[in-house]
Amino acid sequence: MKIDSSLPLEYSTEENRLKIFGFWIFLGAEIMLFATLFTVYFVLANRTGNGPTGSEIFELTPVLFETFLLLTSSFTIGLGIHAMRLGNKKAMMTFFITTLVLGLGFLGIEIFEFITYVHEGATITTSAFLSALMTLLGTHGAHVTFGLFWGIAILIQVAKRGLNAQTTNKAFIFSLYWHFLDVVWIFIFSFVYLKGLIS
Amino acid sequence: MNKKTSLMFLAFAVLAILSGCEPLTVFDSKGPHAETLSNTIILSIITMAFILLIVYALLAFMLTKYRASKTPDDYEPPHEEGSMALEITWTVIPIIIVTVLAFITVKTTTSVETTPEGYDNTEPLVIYASSSNWKWHFSYPEEGIETVNYVNLPTDRPIEFKLYSYGPITSFWIPQLNGQKYAMSDMVNTIHMAADEIGSFMGRNSNFSGRGFAQMEFEAQTMTQEDFAEWVADVKANEEPLTEEKFEELLAAEHVGRSSYSSTHLEFSPPPMEHSEMDMTDEEMDHSNMDHTTDSQEESKETHAH
Amino acid sequence: MSMEEIFHPMQEPMILMAAISIVVGAIVVVAGLTYFKKWGYFYKNWLSTVDHKKIGIMYIAVALLMLFRGGVDALLMRAQTAVPNNGLLDAQHYNEIFTTHGLVMILFMAMPFVIGLMNIVIPLQIGARDVAFPRLNAISFWLFAAGCGLLNLSFIVGGSPDAGWTAYFPLASTEFSPTVGNNYYSLALQLSGLGTLMTGVNFITTIIKMRAPGMKLMKMPMFTWSILITNVIIVFAFPVLTVALALMMLDRQFGTQFFTMANGGMDMLWANLFWVWGHPEVYIVILPAFGIFSEIIATFARKNLYGYKSMVMSMVVISLLSFLVWAHHFYTMGHGVMVNGVFSITTMAIAVPTGVKMFNWLLTMRHGKISFTTPMLYALGFIPIFTIGGVTGVMLAMASADYQYHNTMFLVAHFHYVLIPGTVFGVLAGYHFWWPKMFGFRLNEKLGKLGFWLIAISFNVTFFPLFILGLDGYARRMYTYSESTGYGPLNMLSFIGALGLAAGFLVIVYNIFYSWKNMPRNEKADVWDGRSLEWATHSPVPEYNFAVVPTVTQLDEFWFAKKEGRDITAGKFEKIHMPNNSAAPFWMSGFFFLAAFFAVFSAWIPAIISLLGVFGFMIARSFEKDHGRYISVEEIMETEKRLRGDK
Repeated sequence: MKIDSSLPLEYSTEENRLKIFGFWIFLGAEIMLFATLFTVYFVLANRTGNGPTGSEIFELTPVLFETFLLLTSSFTIGLGIHAMRLGNKKAMMTFFITTLVLGLGFLGIEIFEFITYVHEGATITTSAFLSALMTLLGTHGAHVTFGLFWGIAILIQVAKRGLNAQTTNKAFIFSLYWHFLDVVWIFIFSFVYLKGLIS
Repeated sequence: MNKKTSLMFLAFAVLAILSGCEPLTVFDSKGPHAETLSNTIILSIITMAFILLIVYALLAFMLTKYRASKTPDDYEPPHEEGSMALEITWTVIPIIIVTVLAFITVKTTTSVETTPEGYDNTEPLVIYASSSNWKWHFSYPEEGIETVNYVNLPTDRPIEFKLYSYGPITSFWIPQLNGQKYAMSDMVNTIHMAADEIGSFMGRNSNFSGRGFAQMEFEAQTMTQEDFAEWVADVKANEEPLTEEKFEELLAAEHVGRSSYSSTHLEFSPPPMEHSEMDMTDEEMDHSNMDHTTDSQEESKETHAH
Repeated sequence: MSMEEIFHPMQEPMILMAAISIVVGAIVVVAGLTYFKKWGYFYKNWLSTVDHKKIGIMYIAVALLMLFRGGVDALLMRAQTAVPNNGLLDAQHYNEIFTTHGLVMILFMAMPFVIGLMNIVIPLQIGARDVAFPRLNAISFWLFAAGCGLLNLSFIVGGSPDAGWTAYFPLASTEFSPTVGNNYYSLALQLSGLGTLMTGVNFITTIIKMRAPGMKLMKMPMFTWSILITNVIIVFAFPVLTVALALMMLDRQFGTQFFTMANGGMDMLWANLFWVWGHPEVYIVILPAFGIFSEIIATFARKNLYGYKSMVMSMVVISLLSFLVWAHHFYTMGHGVMVNGVFSITTMAIAVPTGVKMFNWLLTMRHGKISFTTPMLYALGFIPIFTIGGVTGVMLAMASADYQYHNTMFLVAHFHYVLIPGTVFGVLAGYHFWWPKMFGFRLNEKLGKLGFWLIAISFNVTFFPLFILGLDGYARRMYTYSESTGYGPLNMLSFIGALGLAAGFLVIVYNIFYSWKNMPRNEKADVWDGRSLEWATHSPVPEYNFAVVPTVTQLDEFWFAKKEGRDITAGKFEKIHMPNNSAAPFWMSGFFFLAAFFAVFSAWIPAIISLLGVFGFMIARSFEKDHGRYISVEEIMETEKRLRGDK
């Protein structure tokens, strides 16, 4: 395998470059996936049937917490990648662990939020609006959950094998994924929660 | 022969080829809207035949002239990059054809989506046509009568069908009077038509809706306005009113024969809210449908109050 | 669900026969492998392969199998409607058959045939050693195979989908389609759709990043261009299908309210989502065919493709427009003159770039030297027949006129006139064209031509009458009609045509056996006097594709090099890095299949356990240290010597 030392480690081999490029294409597909879910949500947002409307069930406080946790985690993973490029394995791992803990916190609050909805009688089967809302949030939440397991797998590999062309490549791609989930959340926060609370 | 007659002749020839001797249903129009559509279709067939002719002529020319068996053994084809002039030609001419057809499309679509020309001053007859399982219900709100699986229509009077469904999406179609339109459960569609002639026409659901779909036909019978009035009076006088129980029974049945009633189901089972003809966003706002009763009405008032 | 309900479809004699034939077929394959002691070979060389050429061959094998599965459906439909009031099939069975006919032909015949050809040809055409992600490529194939197997299983266990391949709601909801048929629909399509999406990611990366040195984008062969654009459409369109199918599953199995008739559900939302994917899907199967025809017409007219730049441009325009026309599938839903007008215009606009392509193909032949080989016959047959499909497409695009064509046999005739001369002729042309590259021997030309003429003539006999029937008010999807309608004679004619089509396809398959036995082996590398790089390497192609990666300076480099007497594959051998084979994609997709199968019957616990198996494979893959392997210079020299020596 040819290693090009003029590039950062995660880009250093042909295979690594292909993987990063391919992952960008995959993120393009993910954008389409969420765009479709958003469209479905917007079409159905006012079709509440006999169930509650958005402004009746949304609560700002937990959502603000979720947003804060996820935005911070996006920042810490950025720091992690920075540390990785400097070759500081320990710092990189610390930042990655922080990221995953923040992600876990986000997920905890989201689960709590869902439980609250169900207690208020707003389930996924209540109305088209709630079906669309919970499917959109659920898909994002499932992505975060998947990310947590993925991140752990990468951390174990970094711990065992150190920072090499393979592990840095994986960590870098994971960071792209994590940033993407953060961007999706910003859209959810603005166009689902804020819009729902205002109208 | 002038241009118009030669065009007519060509149209006739196409029609004759297409139909053998009897005209095909779609060209055998008995009302102004169906006639508009028939003319549009014939015009498009002629245009398309002209395009086909060009492609076929070119292909035949290339295949006869440049086949390997006709060229010398040592002939080596030249390298040709393409030609700007030709590219522009075969881009611009189709654009012109498409533009003309687009213009015709918008014009004829507008025309068949409104009251037929010349009938603007006549009060239209409104009929609610709804589908359930594999049958059609026709409610005449003004006349206060209802029929199942057949519909009687007066000639020379505009008719508006209000379409909706108690189940899967169906498509209401009387090809000799107008094209089709969907009947759906959460909104009402309107289709306009008028009949010029007295006769019995095939009407059907053309959108696949399950097991009994093939048999989901009805008869559209046109008659003079006097005969129509007589028929209405007859139904009103001699048929039972349609009770809620009877209607539920009808809805549940898969196939039924024809029947007539001296009242409609509209009072106790109102149609979903009317679908705005022009824009989609309205429909998103009007989120009430059949299953919502008073609750959703209040709710939609609330939504609008914001 | 009781056993009786699960095996309910078996009580139908026709379905029982189909089930028996599937089981017998499986037994024959298993027995054959056992008898010839080929299990080890089969497992090592095929089930575990990551070689793009072998994966491509497997795709095509499944596609041919499914061509017959869908073809038998078609024959049954034509037989049922050949005479009025026929009782060969009942309504329910007819509904299942036309539903699976559509699904099988589009998703499990056209798609894998196209993907199979792109697998075999693309790396060769761009001078690459494999695709960007060989292991992912194997996963794509096995996911597709799992979806395909699941849909075919529905015929035997639990009941087939019966709401049309479009599965419009509310008809496809549990209220009106209570069997598990539409659960099979959502899950089988989900599996194969995921596979297709991965193919899209893989081939975009391959084409963008792995071209031979010097091959700029505008120096790529037209087939490569068509595949690049196709895969861009896949990546943008398939996620919409993923969502639509997921919502369908949620509605049917978890009681959500997306497309329901109460609580705010919106039935037309399904139709919109379906066609936002569905219309681009049509171009996903047609653009590669355009690419294949471009290669074949240029090769057998012995001339470079006319108007290369406008050919590329027109495909780009078509791909953009393909996302802007979906509402023409339901002009009749009543969304007003404005919306219908806009969609009429965008739809008709597609005729312009398509026309540009048509004229460029015609002009490619001018001053050429046309030889009528089997692949060329398909390309030449495509032009006149597809043009009928194209112009009737413009007719259908006119919203007003569509009120009369919609849901009729006219529409059915139109899309068969587009998909058969377009996609089917395209893949058959490519199949005959690249067969020697895959196997090192040609398909017999006489049988090939006989197959073509049978198909081309019977096709018109089958489908032209449907235009007339449509204009006579014959709605599609009716399992029968009364004698008074007068639809009988033309339907009979159509049935006769269908028999001819079946005969044509049988000839094509017989040709495989005939040619395998009789055609000379070790065909030279460049059988057709080709123009692009795939003809520069040996037939059949060695594992590493090119011993020395060729350098490219212009379009049709190989053609010019031949004329100038240059050997573009000459150079010094170096060791070649290749990926390792792996059976993991096969087993992982097996777990996917199990998960989906259990999910069909809402058996969630076994489904989740199976899904954990899938994740297990993902984790194992993540931790695997797989750096591939090297083919040594000696080994390359030996292989090259063997392949060259026989020429």
